[in-house]
Parts: sequence; structure tokens; C-alpha cells
Amino acid sequence: MSAGEWPLYEVFVRGKRGLNHVHVGSLHAADDEMAVHHARDVYTRRNEGVSIWVVRADAITASSPDEKDPLFAPAGDKVYRHPTFYSVPDDVPHL
Amino acid sequence: MSTPPDSSPPPLRSSDEQSVGDPVPDGLMSHSAPDPSRVEGSVYDGLLEHHDVVGDDARWAFGTAFEDPLAGVDTTVPDDVDASALAAYCLMLGDDALVLSHRLSEWCSRAPDLEDDIALANIALDLLGQARLLLARAAAADPSVVPPLPEGSPVPAEDALAFFRDAGELRNVRLAEVANGDFAHTVVRLLVLATVRLAVLGRLVGSRDPVLAAIAAKGVKEVTYHRDYAGRWFVTLAQGTEESRRRLLAAVAELWPLCEEPLQVHETERAMARAGVGVDPGEVRDEVDAVLGQVLAAGGVDRPDVAALAGVGGRTGRHGLHTEALSRMLAEMQVVARAHPTGRW
Repeated sequence: MSAGEWPLYEVFVRGKRGLNHVHVGSLHAADDEMAVHHARDVYTRRNEGVSIWVVRADAITASSPDEKDPLFAPAGDKVYRHPTFYSVPDDVPHL
Repeated sequence: MSTPPDSSPPPLRSSDEQSVGDPVPDGLMSHSAPDPSRVEGSVYDGLLEHHDVVGDDARWAFGTAFEDPLAGVDTTVPDDVDASALAAYCLMLGDDALVLSHRLSEWCSRAPDLEDDIALANIALDLLGQARLLLARAAAADPSVVPPLPEGSPVPAEDALAFFRDAGELRNVRLAEVANGDFAHTVVRLLVLATVRLAVLGRLVGSRDPVLAAIAAKGVKEVTYHRDYAGRWFVTLAQGTEESRRRLLAAVAELWPLCEEPLQVHETERAMARAGVGVDPGEVRDEVDAVLGQVLAAGGVDRPDVAALAGVGGRTGRHGLHTEALSRMLAEMQVVARAHPTGRW
């Protein structure tokens, strides 16, 4: 980050009929409150959202691409962990 | 997600296959618009997952349920309302929005940062939407206010009013029209005009003209945000750095003589207020003073003790008496439309 530049925030928006907040992008803002307002202006101007989360990008801890195999490859052959092995009743929503 | 059937095109390339130095395939440039047909999807897919996109999936990251602010509203002018006075009143409210919208839109690509560039453009578009509805209402109430255009011109009445009137026919207050200065100048102007407009629209919701009432109901939500935006920036600049405070105080000093005019009542406004159709801006003075006083106090800024900019022979912006800045602005804003009066846009 160059001197004087506002910190980076990651933005999550929940859509009108969405059930969860989804990462939509990032922006710069001077503080948390300004980040919410900037997110409203930049990411919900096409009537997409009903709720916004913002979090400073430097507050996010991410997995490293180098760890990809040990972290994720072991799940690759465990198909039996999918719920498709069970029949889901018609009246259970959101699965 | 299931595997695509054989008939569908294969993914161009998944992101983790793309190595440094590879040519970027068309459509994958980092700044290109998200393409909903891209198999690997866009960041907006998650927002769309739960939406009914049947028949509408060509639009990405779209909102749904857009509302027509005049849906179900009776657009006939109430019998006992003076139609030409109603038209003049709509032009006043509409021209304030039109002119301020244009001044704000002049910030496009020039704002201090990308996020505020978009914020100012959003506010400009809100106001342009209000201007369209109000100019269309003026034309519907009294078609004689619409400038004549060549036979067969497809230009709608609201555009004719926006692009084919001279400065002397516009009814906006002068605070809306003076040329842009720095960002602090825009913040001060927007704060004052949004504070007055919100107070006026808040009362106009009860107008006997159902169209004005509907336009006001839509506008209140928009202008609430405009006032909030300007108020936050006013305090931030006032309490920020030495330089930001210097600029803010200079903007306050420069604009304050123009800030009285939006609260002065024109005879048309008085007549429309008496008819239960419009709002006397004098009535909102206490509310405006209280709000501005709160913002000034939060910023530690003294209210300037300066005389209001006088009119000429008692005539001000509401009478069509403007500063030279408006003519210059209109020259740029109207030149293309006037060059092609029969053009279709």
C-alpha cells in the first residue's frame, strides 16, 4: 500500500432472495463506516442487495496456494460424504 | 455443481491453469465486464444462485423488482388546481434537480477517488430521475411550457424542456448552478440543497396532486442518502487535515450567500402551498436550520454571518434570473440535442 492510500476492504453482499452474504469485490475506504457506504455506492447500485458486510482485507487469514494438495486433495475421493447418498424429502428447503 | 453435458462448450480455462506469461484469452482481461455465459462464472454468481433467472439470464448481477414510481397513480390534474401554476411549480423542483444533477455529473472520472466518483454519479442519476418525472409532470399539466420543436421530432416533452430552454426559462435556485469548485465545494452545496430538498419532499408526500406525492415519496429515500453522504463528508473534511478544513471553510464562505435563496418563497410556491399541492419553502426553514446547525457544530464550523446574494429587482433563480454560469453549463449540456432536434437517441 502506498503512503496515504486508504486501506483495502473486502465486500460481501446478500442478494434480495439470497440466503447468505457473497463476496463481490473490494474497495478502499478510510474507516469501517465509510466502507459500508462505499460498498452501497459501488456494489448495490443495480438493486442487488439487502445487506452488506465489509471487512478489512488485512484482517482475513487465507490458506496458501502451496498448501492446496494437503488441504484439499484428500477430500477428492470421498464421494460418500455427499448428501446425494441419501434421499432428501421434498419438503426440506435450501439443500 | 454438476458436470456439464457433452454438448456444452468446455471451460475456456480454469483460473488455476492460467500461468504467468500466458496470453490472456479474449474476455478474460482483468477489467472486462463480467460475462454471464462464461463457464467458470463471475463473482456475482453467488448472488444469482437463488434468483429466478428464467428468461432473463442475459443480465448479470441485476437487481429484481424494479418499481415504476408512478405505477397505479392517477395522473389527471385535480380539477380545482391551476394547471399552469402546477407546471411552473414542477419546473422549479425539476430544474433544481436537473441542474444540480448536471453539476454532479461533471465529476465523472474526476472525483478524488473511484468510490466517490461512483457515489457522486449515483446521486446525479437519482436527481436526473426526479427531474425527468417533474419535467414530464410539468408538460402534462400545461403543454404550453414545452418549447416547440420541428414537425415530426421524436424528442419527448421532458427532453424538450431539459435541452431546448434557455437559461432565462429555467427556474432553479442559483446555488444549484454555480460552477464546480473543489470536492469541499461540492459537499457544501450538496449538503445545503439536499437538506432543503429533503424537508420539502417530506411535506410534498401529502400533496393533493397524486403525481407530485408519488415523486416525493420516491425522492425522500434518495435525498435522505444524499444529505447523509454530504453531511458525513462535511464533518470529515472539517475535522480532517489542516488542508481539508481550509478548503471546507473556503467553500462555506463562498457558497453561504447563495444558501438563503432556496428558503425564499416565490409567488408560485406560495399559491401551490395554499392550494395544498406544493410546499412553501419558508415552512421548512426551522428544520433546515436545525439540521445544518447540527452538521456545522459537529464539524466545529461557525455559521457565516453574511448577507444573502441579492436578486435583481427582486428577481432570483425562481424567476429565471441566473448567474452567467448557468448559460455556460447549458451550452455544453444542450449542444448535441440542439444540433439534432429531430434525432432519435
